[in-house]
Amino acid sequence: MNTLVLTVLTLGVLGILLAVILYFVAQRFKVEEDPRIDDVEKMLPGANCGGCGFAGCRAMSEALVSRDNIESLFCPVAGGDAMKSIANFLGKVAPEKTPMVATMRCGGSCDKRPKVNHYDGALNCAVVNTFYVGETACAFGCIGYGDCVNACKFGALKVNTETGLVEVDADKCTACGACVKACPKGLFELRKKWPKNRAIYVACRSKNRGAVVMKACKSGCIGCGKCQKVCAFDAITIDNFLAYIDPEKCKLCRKCVNECPTGAIHIENMERLPKEPKPTKPEAEK
Amino acid sequence: MRMRTFPIGGIHPSDNKEWSKGQAIEVLDLPNEVYVPMIQHIGAPATPVVQKGDKVVTGQIIGQSMGFVSANIHSPISGVVTSVDAYPNGQGQRRMMVVIKREGDEWLEEIDRTTTLKRECSLSPEEIIAKIKNAGIVGLGGAQFPTHVKLTIPDGQKAEVLVINGVECEPYLTSDYRNMVERAEMALIGIEIIMRALQVQHAVIGIENNKPDAIEHINAIIARDNYRGIEVMPLKMRYPQGGEKQLIAAVTGRQVPPPPALPISVGAVVCNISSAIAVYEAVQKNKPLIERVVTITGKGMKSTHNFLTRFGTPLNVLLERAGGLPEGDVKLLNGGPMMGRSIVETSAPIIKGCSGITVLSGAEAARGKEIACIKCGRCVEACPMGLEPYLLSKVARLQKWDVAEEHNTVDCIECGCCSYSCPSNLPLLDYIRIGKQTVMTNIRARAAANKK
Repeated sequence: MNTLVLTVLTLGVLGILLAVILYFVAQRFKVEEDPRIDDVEKMLPGANCGGCGFAGCRAMSEALVSRDNIESLFCPVAGGDAMKSIANFLGKVAPEKTPMVATMRCGGSCDKRPKVNHYDGALNCAVVNTFYVGETACAFGCIGYGDCVNACKFGALKVNTETGLVEVDADKCTACGACVKACPKGLFELRKKWPKNRAIYVACRSKNRGAVVMKACKSGCIGCGKCQKVCAFDAITIDNFLAYIDPEKCKLCRKCVNECPTGAIHIENMERLPKEPKPTKPEAEK
Repeated sequence: MRMRTFPIGGIHPSDNKEWSKGQAIEVLDLPNEVYVPMIQHIGAPATPVVQKGDKVVTGQIIGQSMGFVSANIHSPISGVVTSVDAYPNGQGQRRMMVVIKREGDEWLEEIDRTTTLKRECSLSPEEIIAKIKNAGIVGLGGAQFPTHVKLTIPDGQKAEVLVINGVECEPYLTSDYRNMVERAEMALIGIEIIMRALQVQHAVIGIENNKPDAIEHINAIIARDNYRGIEVMPLKMRYPQGGEKQLIAAVTGRQVPPPPALPISVGAVVCNISSAIAVYEAVQKNKPLIERVVTITGKGMKSTHNFLTRFGTPLNVLLERAGGLPEGDVKLLNGGPMMGRSIVETSAPIIKGCSGITVLSGAEAARGKEIACIKCGRCVEACPMGLEPYLLSKVARLQKWDVAEEHNTVDCIECGCCSYSCPSNLPLLDYIRIGKQTVMTNIRARAAANKK
């Protein structure tokens, strides 16, 4: 009996003593933290994808709270509206950013860009890229082993087994930019996202001259310059036999799509312009 | 006596040299057109100094070396430049090449084309190295490292021994072997000249014991012509004995420290036996590096050859002379099956580092089905650099570059022993190579940032 009382007493006293010590230590070494960091973190999507340039959502929310000017900070996953509400909550000015979407710029599907050899190594685009140009004759096109698919944390990319190309699901894409870094051929670009996922872009990155492109792929850009001539907004530049449509200048007028002789200019979620009877010039759509 | 070899790792693939080792060196007919790449060496690409329409003669410089680690490119034939443009190399990548259409067979006047041997050399080391540099000589074993850079000893270090690589450990290839059997006199004079340039008294020719006739032949000439300080060392057959560090370990017993240390830090300079012949021709005959012996081999080939081929000759020409490609799927390799790079473009030219073209049938080349790593440790046993390939491959797959760096992935010599020995058929080297490249880029970026 005596032992029992003694044990309870000793442990009780020890417990109270340690509790008091801990209380004072906690007071002395208290870390002051802005409670808004937690609140802002809750408003962020919590994907920890790194698309903002920070290590994770926590680091981003710390930056949002601590910096006076948050115009350079943007969470591509949350999007403009969420950033606005965060800015309102913090009493700061929200960054103005147009929504973006990743675009895969290769149109060389299996039927258009035939395979000329058989690859038997590790199924990884970066590995293929260390060996040679790939299974087709085009040195710039999609390899199709899905390094980008593995890099995407939002399930927005998938390899279409029929075409052998990677497809972007614009609704799931958050424009975090992981695929841009992952692709060894540099095929991805973050482009302005139009309503209803409309898009016009040159689906080719081949810097070879036309004759070489034609041999390797039926839908490559041959740098003929027809699209550049027809563009009313100076949105198209041609460099190294490759056309590029500036997403900031393009107004989706669709004239270039009909001009392209190889179909390298892709049009998505829009109808092509009807083929015109020759002389009458239509107004550029806006 | 037990024969020497390198201390750790290594494998013993069947050498498959019987297909082409009996074929004497044949001089390939002059090609009608050559595609001469401006990069046939490690380092900065050469700059073309000819234009479309220019007339060139054999041996004339057409690509000027840029910087110290670079090499001159000479015209392999005489004729007219028809184009200076990007054409696909063996891997399908487009590289700057000078295309020359042949007209006759004119040579630069200073080139001595007689076959008489000339042994006396009274040039100073600097003059020899300058001549080698002008002749655009690179390591002909496959790495294509400019020879003049190798022979220029950094301040504060001293060469003690010249190691000549006559190992040719790569299966199938026989170009070095044929050179040793047929052109040993030239090689020995070349070795003497390199010894003079390095100011060393001792040279060792390492030859694997699967080439006993080469060992005997060279020994006989050394005794007959009284070559002082040159010794032939038979080595036990083991791959990758021809690796620079492995060869030094086998011949001298010294271990080269990890990068950035070079073989010179243990007093050794390694040079390929075919490069020694090129040195002889450059120094004694004023003949730049415009041709080499290329083995065409493979079990399915109608005939196998060792061609003395001018650089820039399209691969098609050689294959046609050998009776064309066998039926069915084939894999073409620039080099042998262990370290060779697969070729997808048969119009690609022969370059300085191409010691052979190996033709494998689709079945021979096919990789086994990949299954999970069973942690058996065979790759660790096989690695001649003492690395852990299973780990390096895995961290590269997971893109953990810092771990790869910690485990010395940059030491990898890409010999392929790990992939060869893996019972699970894992593509170990494929991933390690990515890890190595990424880590090297990271290290260089850090060094550049530190400089600022």
